[in-house]
Amino acid sequence: MYVAVKGGEKAIRNAHRLLAHERRGDRTVPDLTLRQIVEQMALSVARVMAEGSLYDMELAALAIKQARGDLIEAIFLMRAYRTTLPRFGYSEPLETAKMLVRRRISATYKDLPGGQLLGPTFDYTHRLLDFKLAAEGGEVPEMPELAQPDPQEMPRVTDLLGHEGLIEPDVPEHTPESADEDGEVGDLTREPLSFPAERDIRLQNLARGDEGFLLALGYSTQRGFGRTHPFAGEIRIGEVEVEFFAEELGFAVPLGRVSVTECQMINQFQGSAKAPPQFSRGYGLVFGQGERKAMSMALVDRALRSRELGEEQGAPAQDEEFVLSHSDNVQATGFVEHLKLPHYVDFQAELVLVRQMRREWEERNRQDKADAQEAAE
Amino acid sequence: MTGPAESAREAAEGEYNFAYLDEQTKRMIRRAILKAIAVPGYQVPFASREMPMPYGWGTGGVQVTASILGRDDRLKVIDQGSDDTTNAVSIRAFFEKTAQVETTTQTGEATIIQTRHRIPEKALSQDQVIVYQVPIPEPLRYLEPRETETRKMHALAEYGLMHVKLYEDIARHGHIATTYAYPVKVDGRYVMDPSPTPKFDNPKMHGMKALQLFGAGREKRIYAIPPHTTVESLDFEDHPFKVQTFDRPCAICGAEEVYLDEVILDDRGGRMFVCSDTDHCEERRAAGHVGEAGGNPLEREGAA
Repeated sequence: MYVAVKGGEKAIRNAHRLLAHERRGDRTVPDLTLRQIVEQMALSVARVMAEGSLYDMELAALAIKQARGDLIEAIFLMRAYRTTLPRFGYSEPLETAKMLVRRRISATYKDLPGGQLLGPTFDYTHRLLDFKLAAEGGEVPEMPELAQPDPQEMPRVTDLLGHEGLIEPDVPEHTPESADEDGEVGDLTREPLSFPAERDIRLQNLARGDEGFLLALGYSTQRGFGRTHPFAGEIRIGEVEVEFFAEELGFAVPLGRVSVTECQMINQFQGSAKAPPQFSRGYGLVFGQGERKAMSMALVDRALRSRELGEEQGAPAQDEEFVLSHSDNVQATGFVEHLKLPHYVDFQAELVLVRQMRREWEERNRQDKADAQEAAE
Repeated sequence: MTGPAESAREAAEGEYNFAYLDEQTKRMIRRAILKAIAVPGYQVPFASREMPMPYGWGTGGVQVTASILGRDDRLKVIDQGSDDTTNAVSIRAFFEKTAQVETTTQTGEATIIQTRHRIPEKALSQDQVIVYQVPIPEPLRYLEPRETETRKMHALAEYGLMHVKLYEDIARHGHIATTYAYPVKVDGRYVMDPSPTPKFDNPKMHGMKALQLFGAGREKRIYAIPPHTTVESLDFEDHPFKVQTFDRPCAICGAEEVYLDEVILDDRGGRMFVCSDTDHCEERRAAGHVGEAGGNPLEREGAA
């Protein structure tokens, strides 16, 4: 029996012991080390850091190991750990123009200052299973020579367009719609989300949002549900310095570097009474190498700006409340999976009602039949 | 200096603040609770934290309990009326571990009762607080999915939509087809979701001596009913609110006018009805009450 008998406590304990046992798997196979996960499952680690909103490769690797490779479970572990950490303050804005770039491509120009740099990408690989990887202790790939791009010579594509005034400025002029006058940035891990949400909060929500959800929404805009005419202006991946303004010193000090992926979408904008025709922006930024997520985020960010840009609204990706309320996979998985919890009290209430309504329905039917027979006779 | 993996290890070894949450967070939650008590039935937004248990599994109730829990409290946790359902066991264990408070299964002994889906049968006293876990705090949500709209409707006390829904139920089915999470009006002002308790429990909320607190973690809302507050279940003059009735008493303790669980005994239609409130059932049996089953056949089965 499931609940009527005592023993829930023991059952839970045993289930967790079994979980630990199965997590380890066959004991004759060596245990995974965190180092192996960090080095060889780097993109999983990046996703867990991004959606877990905590930049720590070792902890992300631990979460992945503990979660048996279930990335949403790993993200959940990171989030729960993150809440317990003290908060010292907020960093200075990242200067992605000064990124130490490992990959940088632009789809809008054939060539540009700093050039196109493919970097480590799956693009143009033929998706053929490489059976050489299946052999243990297989060939060790040779370390290729790396170009050493000079960050000074690799300006952001949007800045190049900005010089001509063809794209809206990075920091829009203040309108009633734009962020707080004081430039204070919101934080939805400290304040509950409320609507309408400004772009700072929207971007934070998307940065923490589920890659699959944003991918589907971004895709839907391309298929016409809130079309935004996007061009991948620039995607760059690399390391940026994080700086923290220290009150005691009176200046910002570097804390270290983080690896990020930035995507700037350039979207058509016909102009309005207030703004001249110019390109508009959709922005995506995620920890680690996460191009698919950064691109999806940029598409959705642009779609969510339809209100401020005075565009027609109606597609799912343009619906701020719909997108922001459902993007978080930790929330989503919790609520979907809570259906596993016992609900028999409510189900009993429904049983009582359905039985009563059925009795009444059968009674009515019998009565109707009797009436019809009477009328026929 | 300790690395993050190391400090994670320390945390895992019991280096938590009392009742897990840090004091700043508790203060923030207490402020929301005070506001909620001051405006009965109004949903106060709060900066819900990520807890080490999934959203939808009681994170709101857990945060409320953690914020009001003191070292001298005695905690009872129930789910579906039972202290032994898996999630109740898990939440009780969480507080045993992080707050080392005394726990109990006896309703009368508890100072704080955290619950999901039931209100105990025994009347609560003024020295007790009941904390409800709430999945969807907005009673209007299934009628209007947008928060921007529902907040306006509450502000204007515009509850016509809810009455239309109840009326349509009657027109279509002859009954109000809501059997749990049945909407109530608190203190003559706010329409409130009582959490998914069966409507059987609604009358217990009215004029309750204990403070009633509601926590919705995922939806980031807290609301409250202060002691001795009017709580009316929505209805019509010609279709007054009625609770579920059962045509037989509890098979184990013979209790009548309590909420019963239907337990399927075999695949040939065999079933028995037993108290959903397990503590109530045990207390009655200890007092010598016996139902038609003569004892608890489930316990015998479990032992086998």
